[in-house]
Amino acid sequence: MSKSTLTLNERRLKRRNIAYKTMGQCFIWLVLILMYIPIMVLIVYSFTKATNIGTWTGFSFGLYSDLFTSKTGHEIMVALGNTVLIAVISAVLSTLLGTCGAIGAFYSKRKAKEVIETTTQIPVVNAEIVMALSLTVMFVFIQSYMLGGSNVFGFWTLLFGHMVLEVPFVYLSVKPKLEQMDPALYEAALDLGCTQGQALRKATLPEIFPGILSGFMLSITLSLDDFIVTAFTRGAGLLSGDKNISTLSTLVQEKIKKGPIPPEMRALTTLIFVVVLLIAIGITIYRNRTVKKVRKGREG
Amino acid sequence: MKSTNHKSHKAKRTLKSIFAFKRKYLSIPYFVFLVLFVLIPIVIILVYAFTKVDDHGNLTGSWDSLVTFFSSPAKINVLVVSLFIGLLNTILCLVIGYPIAYLLADKKVNKNYVLVMLFIMPMWINFVLRTGATRDVLNMLGLKGGEHPYVATMIGLVYNYLPFTILPLYTTMIKLDKAQIEACRDLGCNPFRTLIHNILPQSVPGIVSAAEMVFMPTMSSYVISSTLSEGKLTLFGNSIAFAFENNLWNDGSFMATIMLVIILVTMLITNRFHKGENSRGRAF
Repeated sequence: MSKSTLTLNERRLKRRNIAYKTMGQCFIWLVLILMYIPIMVLIVYSFTKATNIGTWTGFSFGLYSDLFTSKTGHEIMVALGNTVLIAVISAVLSTLLGTCGAIGAFYSKRKAKEVIETTTQIPVVNAEIVMALSLTVMFVFIQSYMLGGSNVFGFWTLLFGHMVLEVPFVYLSVKPKLEQMDPALYEAALDLGCTQGQALRKATLPEIFPGILSGFMLSITLSLDDFIVTAFTRGAGLLSGDKNISTLSTLVQEKIKKGPIPPEMRALTTLIFVVVLLIAIGITIYRNRTVKKVRKGREG
Repeated sequence: MKSTNHKSHKAKRTLKSIFAFKRKYLSIPYFVFLVLFVLIPIVIILVYAFTKVDDHGNLTGSWDSLVTFFSSPAKINVLVVSLFIGLLNTILCLVIGYPIAYLLADKKVNKNYVLVMLFIMPMWINFVLRTGATRDVLNMLGLKGGEHPYVATMIGLVYNYLPFTILPLYTTMIKLDKAQIEACRDLGCNPFRTLIHNILPQSVPGIVSAAEMVFMPTMSSYVISSTLSEGKLTLFGNSIAFAFENNLWNDGSFMATIMLVIILVTMLITNRFHKGENSRGRAF
């Protein structure tokens, strides 16, 4: 169609569409920029050694070497190690427990299934602080009435605390995959001579694997981001105790209570941002590929 | 002789059928875990809320915590302020998040998943760190939390919860029935009327789960309010934690019970709109 054949109305419509598109994109980018300002400021000031952001004392990579050598840097690295360790261990255990729970509940009778499902909803909707405190109260209860006062708080209580956060979300990620699965698959595996365990492993598991994976990833992010449950279940000194396991959340909270974010932390923020960016790129590529595959499958 | 043999054989078979592997048994450890670490702790909290330790060191039923709470204007004030801030944050996040989710899902504006990813990414950076960064930047700009506790806290809250609103809204928006919207326009609705009469009703489930993701956590938030207001603004979460830190277990438990009641009420309201969705898990 040549330009001259466009009616006035069509041209107006086209112009309006272009205006809508630009305005929409401007709005999206404006909010994005506002959202990223704090992180970007930290990243920019990670290349100078000033104690406060806002003062620039010349470009240097000093903070990055401080991260591995200074005292605060050491604290940060220990906290980072703890955070990652707890995230991985709790996510693996939660994924195992949650996946088994979802499979089991899916094949249970309706009433049992309803009970499990309702109980699963409780930690999902519950306020984190209520969850953390009720767990802590129970641990203190066990400590003083069943163990005669010997300290229970430590790695295990922290681990259970994080698992309570994660387990229901694994369940909820796996459940829809089980519902979408073809039930004949498991039966066919049995007919072809698999034992029940083999059928589960070879027929069911590959089908629900995407759900398990997303449950695992979600568990990791929930654990990495958690503050309240960690602060309460890690030790009896609650929020002020020093001889407790510290994670990034609790360490940063202790520091920002007293003053600005420690300079070394700015260097770590840059590193975390790079890792997160790489993961985001990875997920986008993976997603685009699966979308293409689905399209190809439909065409073929 | 023969009959006893037969009996024992039968008993063995029933035993075997009980202990033989069944798929539904897989849920037992999961359920036991939830009972031990979710249900029992909540029961303990409820018990503490309505009891006290008497002079002899025995636990007796009492309404003391209830009376203490409702006779303290300061505590009720905290609850009211928290409800208000929770509501305000939910509204602000929806007002900003709704158009963004709509635009992101609109093929005319955005064909790329990268932009959606950019909105999700902040959720993967530690939120305490982000909160500290927000405070430091606000300080740098001259907005001191100690002087403007409400403004600073609101900025921090919106900044933290916006991604949580955009995600569920986006997933609803990409499922919107485009033909219905077209029909609405063809029948002579202007964009505003199309929004009110078609797009909004279609996206109610997304709005509800977005609101759920914001309201409750805001009310009970701990770090954001205390960091950004430099301790000037106390939300319900802070006061629950404060009670426990000062060994006022009964009072703290009662406040936690109030929180549980509020959760129950919101659940009853929102259950009509959607059932047990995994609103956090949509990022993956």
